[in-house]
Amino acid sequence: MAIAQNHYDAIVVGSGISGGWAAKELTEKGLKVLLLERGRNIEHVKDYTNAFKEAWDYPHRDRPTVERKQEYPVLKRDYPLNESTFGMWANEKENPYVEKKRFDWFRGYHMGGRSLLWGRQSYRLNEADFEANAKDGVAVDWPIRYADIAPWYDYVERFAGISGNRDGLDVLPDGQYLPAIDLNVVEKDVAARIQKAFGGSRHLIIGRTANITLPKPEQGRVNCQYRSKCWLGCPFGAYFSTQSATLPAAVKTGNLTVRPYSIVTQVLYDKDTKRARGVEVLDSETNQTVEFTSKIIFLNASSFNSTWILMNSATDVWEGGLGSSSNALGRNVMDHHLNVGAFGEVDGYLDSYYSGRRPTGFYVPRFRNWGGDKRDYLRGFGYQGAASRQNWRRDIAELSIGADFKAALTEPGNWTIGMGGFGEMLPNHDNRIYLDRTVKDKWGLPVLAMDVELKENEIRMRKDMMNDAIEFFEAAGVKNVKGYNGEYGPGMGIHEMGTARMGRDPKTSVLNANNQVWDAPNVFVTDGACMTSASCVNPSLTYMALTARAAHFAVEALKKGEL
Amino acid sequence: MERRDLLKMIAAATGFAFVGGEVWANGLTTAVTKTAKAVTGQQGIFSAADVLLLDEIAETILPKTTTAGAKDAACGAQMAVQISDCYSATEQGWFIAGLVQLQQRSQQDYKLDFMKLSNEQRHQLLVKLDTEAKTHNAQVAATEQAAPSGESTPHYFTLFKQLTLFVFFTSKVGATEVLRYSAIPGKYDGNLPYKKGDRAWAT
Repeated sequence: MAIAQNHYDAIVVGSGISGGWAAKELTEKGLKVLLLERGRNIEHVKDYTNAFKEAWDYPHRDRPTVERKQEYPVLKRDYPLNESTFGMWANEKENPYVEKKRFDWFRGYHMGGRSLLWGRQSYRLNEADFEANAKDGVAVDWPIRYADIAPWYDYVERFAGISGNRDGLDVLPDGQYLPAIDLNVVEKDVAARIQKAFGGSRHLIIGRTANITLPKPEQGRVNCQYRSKCWLGCPFGAYFSTQSATLPAAVKTGNLTVRPYSIVTQVLYDKDTKRARGVEVLDSETNQTVEFTSKIIFLNASSFNSTWILMNSATDVWEGGLGSSSNALGRNVMDHHLNVGAFGEVDGYLDSYYSGRRPTGFYVPRFRNWGGDKRDYLRGFGYQGAASRQNWRRDIAELSIGADFKAALTEPGNWTIGMGGFGEMLPNHDNRIYLDRTVKDKWGLPVLAMDVELKENEIRMRKDMMNDAIEFFEAAGVKNVKGYNGEYGPGMGIHEMGTARMGRDPKTSVLNANNQVWDAPNVFVTDGACMTSASCVNPSLTYMALTARAAHFAVEALKKGEL
Repeated sequence: MERRDLLKMIAAATGFAFVGGEVWANGLTTAVTKTAKAVTGQQGIFSAADVLLLDEIAETILPKTTTAGAKDAACGAQMAVQISDCYSATEQGWFIAGLVQLQQRSQQDYKLDFMKLSNEQRHQLLVKLDTEAKTHNAQVAATEQAAPSGESTPHYFTLFKQLTLFVFFTSKVGATEVLRYSAIPGKYDGNLPYKKGDRAWAT
C-alpha cells in the first residue's frame, strides 16, 4: 500500500522556473506527477505578505540590520539582502557551502524558487549561439540548433506572456510578444542617435520582459500595474512565476501532487535496468527519509543543486555520481559576468517626466564579434539600463540645507542614463563545483565547494564592456560619461549554468540532445545545468523552452515504451 | 535597471556611499572608539534626549515650510533606529562622535547647547558644517584617488545629512505629502509633460 501511494508517472524535483514548466507539461499530457520542493510552500497572492507594503512600513526602511548581515554573509555582498524580500533567500547558516574561491550563490529555497525573484528579462539565444562552441573550438558542441528550439520558444512565450517589440535583429531573434512597454522620451532619442552614430550596427531597444501588458483571463492574470514590486510576489499575477502561471495550470489537470519540505538526497539508480527507479527524499521537517518511485524524473533543482543530486546518486556504480562518467559533471560552471558599464548626464528634456514604475529598462543587444566585428576575445555581451530624472538622492552642490534645499529636492533633477553589461562566460573545465564531504548542512548532508573564476577571455571582454558603454553614450550626446568596471564575484549574475551540460558524446557531456542523462535515460535535467554555452542573454526563457521540449519528448518516448 | 546599478549611481553621485548601506566600502577602520555604550536609552542606543536632538538636526536640514518637515515625519526616532540596528559599531562610533563634536562646536561658536540655539543659529551652524563637510569629503576623495588607503572617513555632518534625507523621503509624510507617490500607477507614460514646480516621484 505504501508503495502505491509513493509511486507516480513522473517526479519533478524543484518548483522554480523550469520545474514549474516540467510539472505543467507532464500533467497536461496526462501523467501523474509528484512535484518536490525542498522549502516551504508559498501560496499565490495569499502568501505575498509584503506585496502591498511601502518603504515606511518596514522597521528599517528596507535596509538590512547588522544582525542580518552577519547571518547572511553572502547575500549582503549584493542587493538581495533587504527587509522586503527577507525569507525569500536560502538561510545561509542552515545551507552552507565552501568557497574555494569567492562564489556568490543566491538561492531561493521555497515553492516557486527564484521564479518569484527573477529579473524577468526574456531573450532567445540566436542561431550563432548554438554553433559558437563548434566554430570556436571551445568545450563541446551543442547537440541542438536554433531550429530545434525555435518552436518551443514560441510555445513558452505565448503561455508565459512576454512583452516586447519584434525588432528584426538576427542577434536577438524575435518571438511571440505582447505589446511592448515604452522607452521613455530620452531613451527614444538616444536610440535614434545610436542608430545613426553606428550605422545601424548597434541598437537600443525596450527590454523584453515576462510582465504581461494585456490581461490573461484564462490564467487569472491581470496586466502589469507598473508598481515595480515584482520581487514581493505580484498580487495581480502580472509577471510569470511558477505560482502565477505554471503551477495553477498543473493543478487544474488534477494530476499534480505537491510536496514541500522535501530535500531530494539522491536519484535511486537500478543497476540492472540502467534506469532510475525514483528518488530518496529527506523530509526537512521530520528528518525522515522517504522513497518515491516513478517512470521518469525531471531534475529542476537549479543548476548546482541538480548537479549535487547527481553527484550523490549511484555512487556505488560511479564514484563521482550519476553522470560523472563524462568527467563533465560539476565542470564548466558559467554565469554572466557583470557590474561593468557606464553612466552619464543628459542635457535638456526638462519639460518631460514619466509616470508609473516600469518593470524593465532598455536593452542593448550584443554587437561585439558580430557581423564583421572581430575582437581579441570570443563572444560578446549585452547591456541593460535606463534613463531617468534624478530624485532626492542627488547631491545639489550649490545648495546647503534648509528650505531652499528641501524645495529643490522635491522636484526631479536632470536626466541621467546608465547601463551595465552582461557578458558571456566561456565554459572551462577548471571552473567547477564538487562535493565537500567534510562540511555538512543542517541535515548532515555534504555541501558543494565552488572553484570558479573569470579567465582571460572574460577579463579582456570587460575592458570592452566599460569602454564601449562610454563610447555608446558619448556618441549619443550624453555628457559627463563615467565608466565603471567594478568587483564581480562569480554567481553575482544569478545565472549559474553548465554543470551537467548537453552534448553529442557521453564521454564529454552529461546529457544528450533531449536532456536525458546519458547514463540513465529516464532522468532529465532541464534547468541551467544543461547549458552547453552561456550566450550573453538572460537564460530563463531558454530553460522554459528546453523543459517543454524535453517533456514532450519524454511523454512520446513513454508512449512508445522507450523509457 | 537592476538595483545594483542604481546603488552604484547613488554612491557615485553623493561622493560617499550611504553609511550603513551595503555598498559601503569594506574594511574601513577609524580611530574613533565606540562611545555608543555611553549613551543608553529609549531608542536603541539613543536616549529620549538624543532623539530630540536628532529631530532638531533633521528639522534644520529639512524644515517645515508650506510642506511638512523632518519632525512631522518623526525623523529623529527613525534615525535612532537605523543607526542602532543597521550601522556597524564603527559607523555608530562616527555618528556618536559627530554628535559630540556638534555640541562642542555649538558651545564654541554660540556658548550654547545646540538645543538652546534659535532656529536661525542652528541654520547658520549647519550651513557652516555643510561647507566644511564638502571640503573635507572633496579632500578625502582626492587623496583616496591618488593613493587609496581604504581608511578614510566621511565628515560627520555628511552622516547627519544623508541619513536625514533617507529617513525623511522614505517616510509616509515625505513620500506622499512632500513628494508624489502612486501605490498602483496602472500604466506607464514615458513622456509625461512636466512643468517647473511639479513634485518628483518618491520612487
